[in-house]
Amino acid sequence: MSQPLPSSAAPVVSLRDVHKSFGSLKVLDGVSFEVPRGEVMAIIGRSGSGKSTALRCIDRLETIESGEIIVCGHRVSDPKLPLRALRLDVGIVFQSYNLFPHLTIEENICLAPVTVKGKRRAEARETARRVLGQVGLGDKLDSYPEQLSGGQQQRAAIARSLAMEPQVMLFDEVTSALDPELTGEVLRVIEQLAAGGMTMVMVTHEMGFARRVADRIVFMHQGKVWETGPAGILDAPETAELRQFVGSGL
Amino acid sequence: MIATQLGATHLQFLLQGALWTVVLSAIALVGGGLLGFLVALCRVSGSRAVRLASGAYVQVVQGTPLLVIMFLVFFGLPPLGLNVSPLAAASASLILYVSAYMGEIWRGCIESVPKPQWEAAECLAMSRTQRMFHVVLPQAVRIATPPTVGFLVQIIKNTSLASVVGFVELARAGQIINNSLFEPFLVYLIIALLYFAMCYPLSRWSRRLERRTGFARRQQVVSP
Ligand SMILES: Nc1ncnc2c1ncn2[C@@H]1O[C@H](COP(=O)(O)OP(=O)(O)OP(=O)(O)O)[C@@H](O)[C@H]1O
Ligand SMILES: [Mg+2]
Repeated sequence: MSQPLPSSAAPVVSLRDVHKSFGSLKVLDGVSFEVPRGEVMAIIGRSGSGKSTALRCIDRLETIESGEIIVCGHRVSDPKLPLRALRLDVGIVFQSYNLFPHLTIEENICLAPVTVKGKRRAEARETARRVLGQVGLGDKLDSYPEQLSGGQQQRAAIARSLAMEPQVMLFDEVTSALDPELTGEVLRVIEQLAAGGMTMVMVTHEMGFARRVADRIVFMHQGKVWETGPAGILDAPETAELRQFVGSGL
Repeated sequence: MIATQLGATHLQFLLQGALWTVVLSAIALVGGGLLGFLVALCRVSGSRAVRLASGAYVQVVQGTPLLVIMFLVFFGLPPLGLNVSPLAAASASLILYVSAYMGEIWRGCIESVPKPQWEAAECLAMSRTQRMFHVVLPQAVRIATPPTVGFLVQIIKNTSLASVVGFVELARAGQIINNSLFEPFLVYLIIALLYFAMCYPLSRWSRRLERRTGFARRQQVVSP
């Protein structure tokens, strides 16, 4: 039913006229966008504009009222969608890392590949070593999360997602909880992923980073895609809202 | 028990009673713990019906005095053709009682594992059962240890109610001895000391655990 579509031209993520409310609060008001394979999309906007909600809908952490979401060929808006298949294709990283505190970094990374994908331990360890090297934490295999700095924990969380070999990665303000001097190390990891061709959707407040890494920007305002286009729109906004947002230095 | 002065035989009898108190407590802890674990899992089940049914079980058991449960099991079952020994009646009653309270304590511990932990596991495509057993329960166990050890003290003290169905544990042993000695102050003082000797180390241990895990948890909370 929800087999990944064969066509390589099909976008990896596609939202069409998505509506979502929390009670009487309209949070997504007809959101549409597409992310082609290998592209990086940055979602920006004021607090409360619905950025996180849009991202969470892509991974079906929230259900929508109307519209259509298709991710890697999975019809996410279908209530009967088998979630496991979707989540095997989607990796998501949150602001608050959410590493499992009772497990070492290596165990954090191996848990899902072993329990969900049925990988053998040795193989999973090999993967853990590889992804940790990728995020520059090759020496932290046996550490517990609480022994790492925020930036290291966030990179470990990214590594944990990568170990599942997702088709698309979602990032929700992954540097917002970090001290300024630690954001750089996390952003560099994401930038490397982008250079490696990973399809990504990231909610971010780091304008310079969005400009540099994103192929496309979505500016959300009051639950709508207010303005969208290549990074250039940040330099020449068409709407007063985006102009104000960029000007406010957020 | 003919001697009119407290002697070695009396003390031996008391210690034997204390031993039965320990045995009964252990039965209640293990049996009630197992059943209570099941109750806790049911209380956080994905199925509404299971949650409601287990909630009703907890309400009913918690709303009934342990004394009444003991009477019900010991005197209520024989007319139905089920004969129960005092030990069996006391054990069954305590297991019911403990399961309801432990179930609630542990439900609270499971629910106090931060929701983002569930979500992180969910996003890694782990099933509900995998999330529960690999991510949530190991963390809940740490949170649960101090209140569980603390509740063990309640269990030990509550075993004294088993005397109402004629089971000779520490309290009942004391009663019997006092009936022949008529030295209530001395006898019950010894009983109190014996209970204290069993409970105090546990309370101390529970408080130490509480301080330690409280510290550990403050360190690991990072979600905003
Ligand atoms: N689970 C929820 N229940 C009720 N309201 C919610 C819930 N989640 C989000 N909201 C509300 O929906 C609106 C949009 O939230 P969302 O988190 O998507 O905004 P955001 O753009 O990510 O903001 P921020 O930059 O602060 O993270 C907000 O007003 C928020 O309070
Ligand atoms: Mg947000």
